[in-house]
Order: sequence, then C-alpha cells, then structure tokens
Amino acid sequence: MTSMSKPLIDKHLKKNKLGLTIRDYEGGMSTLCAGCGHDSVTAALVQAFWELSLAPESAAKVSGIGCSSKTTAYFMGQSSGINCVHGRMPSVATGANAVNGDLHYIGISGDGDSLSIGFGQFAHAMRRNLNMLYIIENNGVYGLTKGQFSAAADIGTKSKRGIVNEQPPIDPCVQALTLGAGFVGRAFSGDKSQLVPLIQAGLMHKGFAVIDVISPCVTFNDHKGSTKSYAHTFKYYHPMIHADFVAHADEITGDYSKDGVMDVTLHDGGMLRLRKTGDDYDPRDRGQAIETLMNPSDEAAIRTGLLYLNEDMAEMHDANALPDTPLNKLPFDTLNPGRAALASLQKRYR
Amino acid sequence: MPGIHPARVPAHGGSMKPTDTNDPDYFHKVVDCQWACPAHTPVPEYIRLIAQGRYTDAYMLNRRSNVFPGILGRVCDRPCEPACRRTRVEDEPVAICRLKRVAADHRDEVKDLISQKPETTNGRKIALIGAGPASLTVANDLAPLGYECTIFEAMHRPGGLMISNIPSFRLPEEVLDEEIDYILDMGVELKTNHRIDSLKALVDEGYDAVFVGSGAPKGKDLNLEGREEADANIHIGIDWLESVAFEHIDKIGEKVLIIGVGNTAMDCCRSSLRLGSTDVKVMARKPRNFFKASPWELEDAEDENIEILVNHSPKRFVLEGGKLVGMEFELMEYDLDEAGNITDTRNAGTTIIPCDDVILAIGQENSFPWIERDMGIEFGKWDMPVVDETTHQSSLPQVFFGGDAAFGPKNIIWAVEHGHQTAISIHKHCEGQSVADRPARGVNLQSAKMGVNEWRYSNAFDASQRRDMETVELVNRFKDLKTEVELGFSAEQMATEVQRCLNCDVQTVFEAPLCKECDACIDICPVDCLTMTDNGEEADLRTRLKLPSTNTDQALYVSAPLPDTGRVMVKDEDLCLHCGLCAERCPTAAWDMQDATIFIPHVTSDDRETANPVAAE
Ligand SMILES: Cc1cc2nc3c(=O)[nH]c(=O)nc-3n(C[C@H](O)[C@H](O)[C@H](O)COP(=O)(O)OP(=O)(O)OC[C@H]3O[C@@H](n4cnc5c(N)ncnc54)[C@H](O)[C@@H]3O)c2cc1C
Ligand SMILES: Cc1ncc(C[n+]2csc(CCOP(=O)(O)OP(=O)(O)O)c2C)c(N)n1
Ligand code: SF4
Ligand code: SF4
Ligand code: SF4
Ligand SMILES: [Mg+2]
Repeated sequence: MTSMSKPLIDKHLKKNKLGLTIRDYEGGMSTLCAGCGHDSVTAALVQAFWELSLAPESAAKVSGIGCSSKTTAYFMGQSSGINCVHGRMPSVATGANAVNGDLHYIGISGDGDSLSIGFGQFAHAMRRNLNMLYIIENNGVYGLTKGQFSAAADIGTKSKRGIVNEQPPIDPCVQALTLGAGFVGRAFSGDKSQLVPLIQAGLMHKGFAVIDVISPCVTFNDHKGSTKSYAHTFKYYHPMIHADFVAHADEITGDYSKDGVMDVTLHDGGMLRLRKTGDDYDPRDRGQAIETLMNPSDEAAIRTGLLYLNEDMAEMHDANALPDTPLNKLPFDTLNPGRAALASLQKRYR
Repeated sequence: MPGIHPARVPAHGGSMKPTDTNDPDYFHKVVDCQWACPAHTPVPEYIRLIAQGRYTDAYMLNRRSNVFPGILGRVCDRPCEPACRRTRVEDEPVAICRLKRVAADHRDEVKDLISQKPETTNGRKIALIGAGPASLTVANDLAPLGYECTIFEAMHRPGGLMISNIPSFRLPEEVLDEEIDYILDMGVELKTNHRIDSLKALVDEGYDAVFVGSGAPKGKDLNLEGREEADANIHIGIDWLESVAFEHIDKIGEKVLIIGVGNTAMDCCRSSLRLGSTDVKVMARKPRNFFKASPWELEDAEDENIEILVNHSPKRFVLEGGKLVGMEFELMEYDLDEAGNITDTRNAGTTIIPCDDVILAIGQENSFPWIERDMGIEFGKWDMPVVDETTHQSSLPQVFFGGDAAFGPKNIIWAVEHGHQTAISIHKHCEGQSVADRPARGVNLQSAKMGVNEWRYSNAFDASQRRDMETVELVNRFKDLKTEVELGFSAEQMATEVQRCLNCDVQTVFEAPLCKECDACIDICPVDCLTMTDNGEEADLRTRLKLPSTNTDQALYVSAPLPDTGRVMVKDEDLCLHCGLCAERCPTAAWDMQDATIFIPHVTSDDRETANPVAAE
C-alpha cells in the first residue's frame, strides 16, 4: 500500500460517453501489498467499466474473504458492495440478483475463497447460471492468512519456506466447463490488453461468466520455484486466442470473413471479435476446451484467453420464469399473495 | 518472447537506447524551472529550504546562481514560471519569484557568509564598463579570486537600469543598494561619474581584461509629423524614467499617452500616475496577444486603472499654437488565423486622441560611439560587436561583452548569467587557458528514501491554488514614487505556496533488472506517465504510451530491457508529478526517488561542490 491515495489530477484525461473520466471509476485506497496482482486487476476493472461507460452506481459488488475479496472496495466507489462470509458470496449474489437483476453483478473471489471453502457455492452458482461476472484472483495461496497453499497450487510448486506441494490442483476453468458455465476465460494480471476486453465481454455476457485471473501474491508466492510467480507466468504465458470487445455495433469495422476472425454478438450489448493467435482453437467448442486444458500438448504452458463462450443458455431469471420487474420493485400485493392464498396452500399439506 | 501479447506486437524498425541518467542535462531538463532559468537557479531546493524556515540558506543558495535574490525576488522576468510543471496540472505556476523574495525578506545577516575581500590580490587588473547587473556579477565572481576589479560608471550611482529605470515602487533602493554593496565590499573599486569615451584608451592602459557591460542605453524615437515641434512634451521612455528616478522630473501632464506595450511602457504609465496624471492611455498597434509586456506587468498596470487601447497605429503628433494637444492614430483591423498570426491588415480610418504628453516606449538599442572601429573589435550585423555566445569574448581577446551590451536588450537574470560565463572566460584568459574549453556540468543522485514510504521531501500532492500577493491599496499608492506596491507573502501564503512546488528535482530513477513487470507503478501513477511496451523508435514509441505524448521538448525515459519480457519501461517526463507513488507501490524498489543535484560550474567552484552543495548536513 502507499502512504497516500492517488491525487486527483484530471486535466489531461479523456471523458467517456457519460462525461466521466477514468478516475470517476475508482474506489477507496488499496491496502494490499505493493505489487500485489490484485491491484492490477482492480486497475483493469476500472478501465473496463470506464470504457463501457457504465453508470458508476450501477454495480452490485460482491465478494468473500481474502486479500482478493477486498478488491470490491477499490473500484466503482459509488456502487454498493458486500464482503460475505468466507466462500459464501455466490449465495448472497444469488439472493441479491433474484431481488434486483437490473444491477451489474460483479463478484470478486480468491482461489481459497472459491476453490477451498466455497467450492460448493461456486459450483452451484454456475449450475444456476447466475447472471454475473465472477472473477477469481488466483495466486495459489491464501494470501490473507500468510501464504498457505490453496487448492489451486500446482503439484511441485514450492512454498516460500521450501515445502513442495504434492496435491493436484483444482482448475477453476475445467470445473466451470464441466459444470456448464457459458463464459469461461483465463487471464493474467500482468496483461491488461487481454484482461480488459475479457472483463467487458464477461459483464455483457448474459449468464455466469467466470474469469480465472492469475494474480501473483508478491509477498507469499512470488519466489523461485513458485508456479504462480510473475516470472513463471510470464515465461509460460500462452494466449490461445485474442478477444477484442466492441461496445457498440456502429464501431464495428473491417472484414468479418477474414481468415481466423470470429465475431460473436453478446446478449447484453456489444460484440466480441475473436482473433486466432496461432493455435487452431475455437472457443465455441466445449469439448475442445476441456480437452485442451486437461490433455495439453505442452504441460507447462499457461493457456489464457476466452476459453469457452455460449450465448444461448438461459440464465437464472429466464430458467425460473422470474418476473421481468425486479422483486424489489414489485408492489407488495403482487409479492405477497395474502393470508387467504397462504391458508389454501397450507390446506394441501394438512 | 518479444512481447507478452504476440498478437499485438507491432513491427518496429529501430529502438531507443536506455536513457543515460548520468548525463548532467538529462534530469536538469526535467526540473523545468531550473532549466528555464538562464542562471539555472535550483528552485525546488530553495523552496524546500524556505519550507523548513531556513531562509538564510535559501538566500545563499539563490545568491550562488542569481547573485541578486532580493532584487530578482521582486522584478525578475521569471522565465521559470511559464515553464513550471505545475501548469501542466492546473492553470497557475508556483509563485517562484515571490518565494525568492520570501528568502530575501526573512534572511538573517549574510555578510559573513559572502566571500570577503581576499587578503592579497592576484595582481591581475580587470576593467568593467557600466555598473549594471552584468558587470557587478563579473566582479562578484572574480574579486574573491584576487582579481583587482574596477568598475567605471557614467552615472552617479551603481545599478544600471535597475536603479535608473526600474521604478522604486517595484524595486526599493535599499534592496538594490544592499545587494550591490555585498559586491563592492569584496574590494571592488567603483568609479562613478566616469564615462568611458574611448575603449581604445582604456584597453591601452594595460588591463588584463576589459568587460563591456554598458547595456543598451538608447531609446528608440518615432519620427512622425510634428515630432520636432512638440519636442518639449514628447519623451523617450528610458530617458524619462531615468530623469524621474534621479528626481530631475517631478511632474507630467494630466493626459498622457504611452506608445508601445512592453515592460518599459508599463513602468512609464505607472510612473505617470505617481507624478500626477489622471488619464493615462497605453496605445498598442496590434491586438492583445501581440503585447510584449509580461502578463503580470500588464495586470499590475490594469489594476491601477490604466487603459490599454489596441489596434491604434501612430500617425502624427497634433499641435495647436506650437504645443502638443493630441496624437492622431490609424485605426487598424487585422485578420488572424487559428494560430493567432496576422494574415491581413486593413486601415479603418483615423482618430485623434487628446493629450498633454507622449512617452515613447517602443524599444531600446545598443550604441557604441565610444568604441573605435579600428581597434580590433569586429562589428557585424546592426552595428553590433561580434561576440561569442558561450565565451562572451570579442575578436580582441582581452575584451569581453555581457548583459544587454552583448546581444541586445534582455533582462537582469540574463545579464547575471552572462556575467558568470564571462568571469569563467576572463579567468581562463588570464590563466592562459582556452576560453572555449568550458567547465563541465554534473549531476549527483542520492536516494531520498528514509524508510518505508518515507521520503526526504513532502511527496503528497497539495491541490492549493496559487496565493495572490497582497498589495498597497490603490489610494495609498500614488502619493509618492517610492511606496513599494507589493507587500510580500504572509506566513500563511508562504506556507501554502511552498507546498505547491512539485519537487521536480527529486527524480524517478529506474533499475530494470529489479522490475517484476507487475504493473503496480503504472496503475498508481496519477498522471499516467508510465508504460511498459516493446521498444521502438522515439516517434513510434510516443504513439504507444498509456497517454499519447505530445510535448516532444520533454524526454522519454527509456529503460534497459526488462528481465521477463524484454519490453522496456518508458516514462514520459512531461507529465510526472514527482509524487513518488510509483516508488511506494513498487515491490522491489525498481523505482526510487532520488534527489538530483545539478552542478552548474562557476569560476569560484571547486570540486567539492560537485557533490551536493547544500543538502550535505
Ligand atoms: C524600463 C525598464 C524596466 C525594466 N524592468 C525589468 C524588470 O522588471 N526585470 C528585468 O529582469 N529586467 C528589466 N529591465 C531590463 C534590465 O534592466 C536590463 O536588461 C539589465 O539591467 C541589463 O543589465 P546590464 O548590466 O547589461 O546593463 P545596464 O543595467 O543597462 O547597465 C549599464 C550601465 O552602464 C553604464 N554605461 C553605459 N555606457 C557607459 C560608458 N561608456 N561608460 C561608463 N558607463 C557606461 C550605464 O550608465 C549603466 O549604468 C528593464 C528595462 C527597462 C528599460
Ligand atoms: C470461515 C472462515 N474460515 C477461514 C477464514 C480464514 N481465512 C481468511 S482469508 C482465507 C483464505 C483466502 O484465500 P484466497 O481466497 O485465495 O485470497 P487471497 O488472500 O489469496 O487473495 C482464509 C482461510 C475465514 N476468514 N473464515
Ligand atoms: S498478501 Fe499477497 S495477496 Fe495479500 S495483498 Fe499481499 S501480495 Fe496481495
Ligand atoms: S513520481 Fe511516479 S507515480 Fe508520481 S507522477 Fe511521477 S511517475 Fe507517476
Ligand atoms: S512496480 Fe516495480 S516491479 Fe512493478 S512494474 Fe513497476 S517497476 Fe516493475
Ligand atoms: Mg489466493
């Protein structure tokens, strides 16, 4: 963390469609360690939302417990947010989303929060296809509790004190693919050119969008021998595909049919233009995605980018035929059928 | 791997070399004010001393560079202020000049700190013509080394235009006398009422060197119809100001027209008000953006209700009964392009403006009738002596020119800098060394880190606006000529203004091998001046920064290749606030904040000064 917050100097800054500068999308001053990957994810979120011209008060920020989960305090300070019980953010997000689906649900979690204590919650949020952007800031350790291996730690990775992890990792992307998530991506806090458009696309995807962001813990897991360090990630970083997010249809230019370019229109606005980077990879093929991650040709490569996208899945509201009006806006009479209805319902169980 | 995102790697031709921060000019240029100051006064350093209440130290640090902190703290042309980095953050620069006055106003006795007359002289005799700031600076630099300096001054007192032309309501005589005396007390001989009529005769007296610091003493005239007949009421600005200063004149007519809108015009109009005029108009030939006067001098005059009329081109002097009664002007119309340049000029009739007196303030010229053209000093264009711009030597090796005499009218701080440079040349000349061989500048970098997120300077950005100088109320200004208008900064104003300084001499210094490429510095930088990207040619790199870089006067700081990706860290020096957040956010101290002391050699410098001259305690 720094000794002071970033001074506000905006004379030189551009404004977005709402007349706001990027600084209007910041939140409180970060108290994370200097150099923590999580802060870079924050910067990517700020940039992504500014570019999208989201109303800064239009998000619902939800998180669990961990250094990563503190992120929600550092962006879009005008929006509401909640730090839930460790690992229980998906339940709270589900409830909130059911009541008011009009907000942009942005969940920030850690590898500990999602893959250890909250693993079941994480799975069921996907099964429900909750309409939210779900970011895991993955550093392979429990940063907040001083660096124990998390369930994302790779076999053979060394702790700061030299202990080698022998247990196989849980790969959140593989889990998401097998559990039926409609948007699965992996990114790296050190490459915003990839992360920012993925965040934008994830937010505009209707349904559950998970991005596993490798986000090194400089304090407890950035040493030699760690497979989640900056150096290791840079070395084995392998973008499978590049996604450009195009916010407005009128900005779409260029040759659609050009070899290797795929355009996908997103439900909640905008379009994704996918460009191949050398691999023959089609992110619309769930089978290929699972195969690529589980049986990689090169074990060491860290495969990143938009790994899977399916825009044709019903999200929670649609699947459960929830009313279009958010529950918190429905009149009391509609929400509450009244004493007589309750009595007739109860009669059936007598 | 050439870049972290193979899909985005642009094709580059060449690439930039890592920046050499040991180049004494590199960080110097980042200290915009110091770089812009002709004498390279270490501004942020003295502002920090003021902030610590060390006024005497601040004064002495100033004096080393600019010799006359009390004078310049009031009337300097302050090229530093338009250059100030603060203007890239908000509208107003730091009140650098006013803070200089604070150091002068609050200093303790400094006589013992100033070089004294040496015990013995070195036997070398130097003649200096004119007792303006240029000659005084040469004497200030040479006398402590044992040179026997004699200044010949035509007027009855020293100071040059500073005493004869700059009105005492801007620059009190006591301030002037005190700072001139520091120099005369070094054993410099001053011969007043001693005009040099023949340079040849002076040179023939066998001086080891002669310095011509005689200024640009001739005011330009305006030979229009009626000029001769109305002579009694038409005055040449600089001559008139001199007569006012020396109390040969104590009144002027009620209605006065000033021709010209330079700084001399501003002094003429404001002096007229103090001699009893009630209606003073400044007549400008062109629109406002062509005015030569400094913005603050215009503002000061307009505060005194001076009217400035634009687009009036003088046509003739109007007489009645042999006496000046007015002046006729052509009314001009100009077409301007977007850049503000005149593309077309039209004449839209004439007008007569009544007046009792006219003061001509349309420029000054050099004039050397007393320099024999056959004595070996080459004269060139506009009948000006041929003078080397670095060494100030003329074609007669023992004769040097400086101040307004060298290259035409400039200002005090340029005269001082010419003085410093000429002193170096004279010393080299007397020692038989090549004058062209100049002493080198240097830079000394020292980490400003004191602990975790603790620095030897206050790095927090203070958003306060520039403080306004308190002045004497209008009604009390015009009673006499000598009431100083500006009152100096109050303690509160001073305390606020010092915090506005961005400490541009505390530099961001980067060690590429330490960088993890975590982006932390880039994310925290409040002005987005940092980028990690693939190297390239400068012009191409400038287009690929986080914020496009438009000011090519400011350098790009380019690192060695970064360990993990081979990209480079690029910093656009134009925007940096020197807030130190990059260094606070960096997990490995790849960025450090370092105090850069720029060493500017003077003839009196010794090697010890190369190492931090002031902050050494
Ligand atoms: C009205 C006016 C206002 C100004 N205001 C400012 C201001 O606010 N700030 C600023 O920085 N600058 C100002 N200037 C400019 C500044 O005063 C000069 O640039 C500066 O004084 C030049 O210094 P100098 O040493 O070269 O010469 P000068 O100051 O001109 O001194 C030259 C001296 O040489 C003497 N001399 C000339 N010929 C001979 C001779 N043959 N023998 C003996 N002595 C001789 C003269 O009497 C004079 O004293 C102003 C100028 C004018 C005219
Ligand atoms: C119910 C409960 N169990 C355990 C903890 C202790 N705890 C706090 S944070 C954390 C792990 C956080 O790891 P991760 O989600 O990866 O976040 P990081 O700090 O690494 O970003 C644990 C185990 C807790 N706060 N609550
Ligand atoms: S402990 Fe690790 S995860 Fe937590 S703030 Fe520090 S670097 Fe980031
Ligand atoms: S000191 Fe560092 S963080 Fe501050 S403006 Fe300069 S480069 Fe940016
Ligand atoms: S904060 Fe330090 S380590 Fe991180 S990118 Fe900047 S210079 Fe490199
Ligand atoms: Mg973690």
